[in-house]
Amino acid sequence: MAKMIINVEVNGERQELLTEPHRTLLDLLRDNLSLTGTKEGCGTGDCGACTVLIDGRPVNSCLVLAPEAEGRRVTTVEGLAEDNKLHPVQTAFIEEGGLQCGICTPGMLISAVALLRSNTEPSEQSIRYAISGNLCRCTGYDKIVRAIEVASKRMKANAAIASH
Amino acid sequence: MTRVVGRPTPHESARLHVTGQARYTDDLPLPPGALHGWPVTSPHAHARVVAIAVSEATTIPGVVTILTREDVPGENNSGPLRHDEPLFLGAGDVATYHGQAIAWVLGTSVEAARQGAGRVVVTYEKLDAILDPADAIRLGSVHTDPQWIRRGDVDVELVGAGEAGHAIVSGEFRMGAQDHFPLETHVSVALADEDGRMMVHSSTQHPSETQAIVAHALGLSLNDVVVQCVRMGGGFGGKETQANAWAAVAAIGAWKTGRAVKVRLDRDRHMILTGKRHPFLARYRVVVSRSGDLCGLDLELYADGGWSLDLSDAVLGRAMFHADNGYFFPVMRVRGQVLKTHKTSQTAFRGFGGPQGVAVAEEIIDCAARAIGMDPHDVRTRNLYRGSGETNTTHYGQEIGDNRLAIIWEGVQDSGEFVSRREAIRAANDLGGGMRRGIAVTPVKFGISFTTTFLNQAGALVLIYSDGSVQVNHGGTEMGQGLQVKMAQVAAEVLGVPLASIRMMPTRTDKVPNTSATAASSGSDLNGGAVRDACLTLRGRLAPVAAQLLTAHGAPAVHADDVDFGDGQVSVRSRPDQRVAFASVVRAAYLARVGLSSTGYYRTPGIWFDKASGRGKPFHYYACGAAIAEVEVDGFTGQMRVLRVDILHDVGSSLNPLVDTGQVEGGFIQGMGWVTMEEVVWGIDGRLLTHAPSTYKIPASTDVPGDWRVTLLPRAAQPGVIYGSKAVGEPPLMLGLCVREAIRDAVASFAPRGSHPERVGLALPATGEAILDAIDAVRG
Repeated sequence: MAKMIINVEVNGERQELLTEPHRTLLDLLRDNLSLTGTKEGCGTGDCGACTVLIDGRPVNSCLVLAPEAEGRRVTTVEGLAEDNKLHPVQTAFIEEGGLQCGICTPGMLISAVALLRSNTEPSEQSIRYAISGNLCRCTGYDKIVRAIEVASKRMKANAAIASH
Repeated sequence: MTRVVGRPTPHESARLHVTGQARYTDDLPLPPGALHGWPVTSPHAHARVVAIAVSEATTIPGVVTILTREDVPGENNSGPLRHDEPLFLGAGDVATYHGQAIAWVLGTSVEAARQGAGRVVVTYEKLDAILDPADAIRLGSVHTDPQWIRRGDVDVELVGAGEAGHAIVSGEFRMGAQDHFPLETHVSVALADEDGRMMVHSSTQHPSETQAIVAHALGLSLNDVVVQCVRMGGGFGGKETQANAWAAVAAIGAWKTGRAVKVRLDRDRHMILTGKRHPFLARYRVVVSRSGDLCGLDLELYADGGWSLDLSDAVLGRAMFHADNGYFFPVMRVRGQVLKTHKTSQTAFRGFGGPQGVAVAEEIIDCAARAIGMDPHDVRTRNLYRGSGETNTTHYGQEIGDNRLAIIWEGVQDSGEFVSRREAIRAANDLGGGMRRGIAVTPVKFGISFTTTFLNQAGALVLIYSDGSVQVNHGGTEMGQGLQVKMAQVAAEVLGVPLASIRMMPTRTDKVPNTSATAASSGSDLNGGAVRDACLTLRGRLAPVAAQLLTAHGAPAVHADDVDFGDGQVSVRSRPDQRVAFASVVRAAYLARVGLSSTGYYRTPGIWFDKASGRGKPFHYYACGAAIAEVEVDGFTGQMRVLRVDILHDVGSSLNPLVDTGQVEGGFIQGMGWVTMEEVVWGIDGRLLTHAPSTYKIPASTDVPGDWRVTLLPRAAQPGVIYGSKAVGEPPLMLGLCVREAIRDAVASFAPRGSHPERVGLALPATGEAILDAIDAVRG
């Protein structure tokens, strides 16, 4: 099959990628860019392990064809930390034990970050809904929900400090 | 001195996980020319292979070769105990489940291999398939002879029941399968060494067995094959034996082509090809007094093993050991047998038959209680193991040794306000209406040790480098359960160094040989013992060196027994401010030509079991807990919500409370999933209908209890286990069974006003559909 060139911005870097049009954004990330943090759990958009941000919105990258990423801004788990400084959600997941085997973690973090961008004070219920498309087989979710709560409080406190 | 064990330390790879840097087998960079495998699978549950034609497949661009039976240089089998699992089928062989691999296509891409597999033409002669366990019993389709455990003579009890005024309650009970659904599917990468030997990266809970299966398939010795598992993305028992076949296929491919070969099952193939938690069928007769004392139990347990034996006999054995759950049956007879059906080969799954045994016990209690008009809760309380001697001894003759179960039973009800909540629920339900609530508490008593005694051993290899940094190897594998951080804590504690000085190494068969699977909740107990042993040996060698360094010029010599290791220092016990850095001691030891690496070894003491008599002490100790669930059931739709859960669980002196509460929570939800929503369905032709998350529902974040209170039993140090800790992997799964009993409590309230149903039949899993059926039955 003829290959095509996709122009896409991934974690702040512009990329020009050669791929077959039937391949997915998940394939582009993992195979072309070696960004293996994004995982394939089911390949059918049901488990959320492959969640990334496209133009700031969370999507299952296994359901996005590579050409659909043309001209878009993609953020993966590798792009959450800035200058080697972890995002508050990442720190909270570590400290609160919001991870075990780690496969759902990248997608879970992306969904959490997307939530906190649109809702700085989410209720427990809105956290649960925001990650309801991200399956975790290990934790029972409670520590994940706590971690997102902790992160939202810290981010709010940090924002308060910054505004003074 | 700062203790390292017992602290809520994050998972060893936590930072790698949150940054996406943690590498799993699927993430390993492949060398140029690597090939990918895709299986040609049987479209019949039972059929003879007549012929295989591969020529068309070779025309697909990117297809390199097709692996068939004739390509196996050694033994064409991956059966772990009984050699009954052919890797490839050829003409004349018989496919024994729908989805069984016949041949494997290797291609330069997954797509090429998949397209090639679609062009391999296999012709079959269809045979009759046995799918239902009842049919298997009727037709005598079995994998094993029966196992027995007996206490007293249940026949005497059954015959005398009428005269004694007791009731005999009998029934048949089925439990469904459960898919492990680790978020990481099975994956192996095989690389041929320069001399035809083999390196295999595998997502396996049992690298030593994977090594053995690969070696046998290639006709090599064990020392020719190295298996490495860095980490798994979840195991839950599903990768204890069932990772082996894919590693063997990859190795055979690498052997044939000389190229690296990766075999990764996508989610659907993972679910279609690999085994699950055993469905069970139980038949029972229980003798119960009118006041609710359990007098005798006659139980038949049938494990639906699927097409091959795998570990089914041991799974069945553990179910038989746990068919008492936490209850004293003075007279008991358990007969167990593994059935052979044309389905996936059912395998280890967290609890390993224990959950099925526990579920049977709870089913029997509920049915016995309702039959005599008692509240099941009162029958549970009345028959809990208690005291000492006979009433605190299991049906296989092991004395439980303490009364933690009774303490936990009372404790969780007190803290969980069980009595007052139950009264409130009863009052609310008495008002009628479509929404009803239910509440139940169930106990768990889970035996810790492999029931196959020789497996209870472990090895370690600890290396100290001349700068004082440490590498730790052991036989256990990391699947998310936090074994590596616990082992790092043990090593740091013994050597008295900070956690940052310890590096945990990937599990490899060339570091520690002949390891047991990381299974049976025993990873920390066994490997912790071995790591500690190795570190103690090294500390013993370093102590005299430190003593010499700590002996002041002209002062009396410090003795090696009088030094302490802690906080990265070695100090004189009586004068803690007189100390020297651990790294300086190591450097001095190196210069003094003291060996700085050591193996360690551990075997569990005092356990035995005689299968012929069904008696023994198979377990080192028991891990206990209890949980209360409160649920709400919608009488019109069958929909159920878990409103609140209270858990009190015994992990001994926790090595790591952050990890252990995570295990308790995750285990509970997995158990709840099994008994409420996870329904594995095989079609009438034996095809697995639930082979993806679109059709198979595991709990999501919105399914877990809104109000959830988890407490670890305080002051609970367990004698004779690493730092007083207890195993935690499996036992909490069975706590989840209280959700089903709470649903049953809610369902019972739909009976006509003023009446108590004599039986509340509820399927396992208690799906919305099953709940509606149960409500219809009690409404009459």
